[in-house]
Amino acid sequence: MRATELSRDQEMIYSGHNACPGCAAALSVRYLTRALGPDLAIVLTASCWSIIAGVPPLTALKCPILHCPFPSAGAVGSGLKRGLKIKGFADTTVVVLAGDGGTFDIGLQALSGAAQRNEDLIFVCYDNEAYMNTGMQSSSATPFGARTATAPYPLFKEGQKKNIMQIMAAHSIPYAATATVAFPDDMIRKFKKADSIKGFRFIHVLSPCPPGWGTESSETIYLSRLAVATGAFPLYEISNGSRWEMTVQEEKRIPLSEYLNCQKRFKGMDPERMQALQKEVDHDWEVLMKRIT
Amino acid sequence: MTFELMSGNQAAATAVLKAGVDLIAAYPITPQTAIVEALANFAAKSQLKGEFVSVESEYSALSCCNGAAAAGARVFTATASHGLAYMHEMIHWCSGARLPVVMANVNRAIGAPWCLDPDQGDSLSQRDTGWVQIYCAGAQEVFDTILQAFVLAEEILLPCMVVFDGFYISHTYEVIDVPDNETVASFIGKPSFRGQVVPGSPANIHGLIPSESLHRHAERIHKDMISAGERFKKINDRFAAVFGRRYNCMETFIPRGAKNIIITAGAMAETIRWNLPGLPDTGLIQMRMFRPFPAEEIRVVIEELTIEKVIVIDRNCSAGAGGIIGQELKAALYGMERKPALVNLILAGGIDLTAEMLEKVSRLNVEKGTTSEKWGCDLS
Repeated sequence: MRATELSRDQEMIYSGHNACPGCAAALSVRYLTRALGPDLAIVLTASCWSIIAGVPPLTALKCPILHCPFPSAGAVGSGLKRGLKIKGFADTTVVVLAGDGGTFDIGLQALSGAAQRNEDLIFVCYDNEAYMNTGMQSSSATPFGARTATAPYPLFKEGQKKNIMQIMAAHSIPYAATATVAFPDDMIRKFKKADSIKGFRFIHVLSPCPPGWGTESSETIYLSRLAVATGAFPLYEISNGSRWEMTVQEEKRIPLSEYLNCQKRFKGMDPERMQALQKEVDHDWEVLMKRIT
Repeated sequence: MTFELMSGNQAAATAVLKAGVDLIAAYPITPQTAIVEALANFAAKSQLKGEFVSVESEYSALSCCNGAAAAGARVFTATASHGLAYMHEMIHWCSGARLPVVMANVNRAIGAPWCLDPDQGDSLSQRDTGWVQIYCAGAQEVFDTILQAFVLAEEILLPCMVVFDGFYISHTYEVIDVPDNETVASFIGKPSFRGQVVPGSPANIHGLIPSESLHRHAERIHKDMISAGERFKKINDRFAAVFGRRYNCMETFIPRGAKNIIITAGAMAETIRWNLPGLPDTGLIQMRMFRPFPAEEIRVVIEELTIEKVIVIDRNCSAGAGGIIGQELKAALYGMERKPALVNLILAGGIDLTAEMLEKVSRLNVEKGTTSEKWGCDLS
């Protein structure tokens, strides 16, 4: 199904939610909820979406949202899915929604536990590459070389971005995929595919963040496209941890600098660091290509 | 009804089996491990109708219970010591979310350094988290209290912690009166609370609210917690009618003419009860319910019997403040016209309470209206 084929009647996000203009996390959840339909319950850990969801009793989504503490998402989701099944709601899809902090960092243990138990969940990580809700502090998903509130000028984020997809693949879960908002057809297809599979499913969504990345709100889709075009965020899916497939194939990758230069968080990056990051992306690309079947 | 020889841990697991829980999520830790193993065994033999989830940490055990309870399931977990400390964030979240989770905590000291003995500081340091806490002095009491805890928790929509001493109770075998399933079902019933997450009903559950709303929320929790004392008495009446055994918020063993009262919680109460005949003019209050704190009941006993000296025995210490039950007692006695002397005997680290200590502490001369602190090691 293509994004344009989604019925307006299936809209599950209300206007008047609390996201910033140009927020890819809001758009991703719009696609997610429309793709999965109304029989849905969302477990929401501390993240930008804790705010976007609105102040109770108001709500931004036409499905139940169960908030939970930062490290607990994978385990609360496990309990909710099992509890709903016990209570006669076996068909309800449970989605755990977490940011990169709640996935790569503080949420990693509960995520790993739920994945290892192959809980019947869809875990969606919207990755805006830092703790954006608290004002752009570094996470282990922040790329090397970016400036953050905890790595301010003249410092920059040291160390490579954690490869969460390799970690999830190592759990041999039934389905894992990457997705981003510039490719809505690909994203929706992956959400729907995930929904058709039983067991633990993981979707890693790259989510450009205008205030955090230092970009215009009108540039979100453009940046999302550049992330894919440069190979910084390839679009692929992994079945059972072993079958790796590209879903959007760029003929030729463009230089990483085109993606980095339009973001203020990389402003003033010296050529050496730029090269180092390009090398890192090239290396990850090669490793990925070896895995692609 | 059958009589079976079992440890405190087995009694806890058997009560959970009989209570008809929907889901158990747990992680092993000494001295609680036998509870997890027994429940896993019940699941393996298909005796347990509910699900047993073997999670990767105590934090996830309580998180998983929270998720299932939010769907309306009856849930249970058990832990001890570091496990309880590791759950701390979810312990707060659970009561704030008004989820009737029942947990057994087997008292054990928290490090550093490592120690396995039954210091009560693990559970007592969770006193401000909005959980009902009930302390047990024997395996039968553990069995019975777990059944009562489900009823109470589901009635007030607050979680309930059933606490007992590591080894002294968890690993000591007693003959337990095990009621049949029908009798238990007639007492406990089916889960009476509605799930918070209802598919098809949009709701923003436990989302960010302004402080004025949280202020009211905190007040409701406080009032419901206070009401738990009275409700628990009624639950105990009903329990006595069904099972023929009666418990109260606190148990009193006070001989005529007693001038001293020893107050404590857990297994030490049994030790004291056996030693009472040898102690001069001394009675015992065994605290069962620690949260809500039965301040009024204790005041009434002290006032009506004109008690001159209260000896509080704490197998814990809040550094800089003293024994935790001792502190609560001092607060409870505030404003009394005729204040008794208060001796706080501290057995922090989980050391054994000996007859010699009891003898010495009961003979201590302390001026009325003043307090005195003694450490167990100085009395043996």
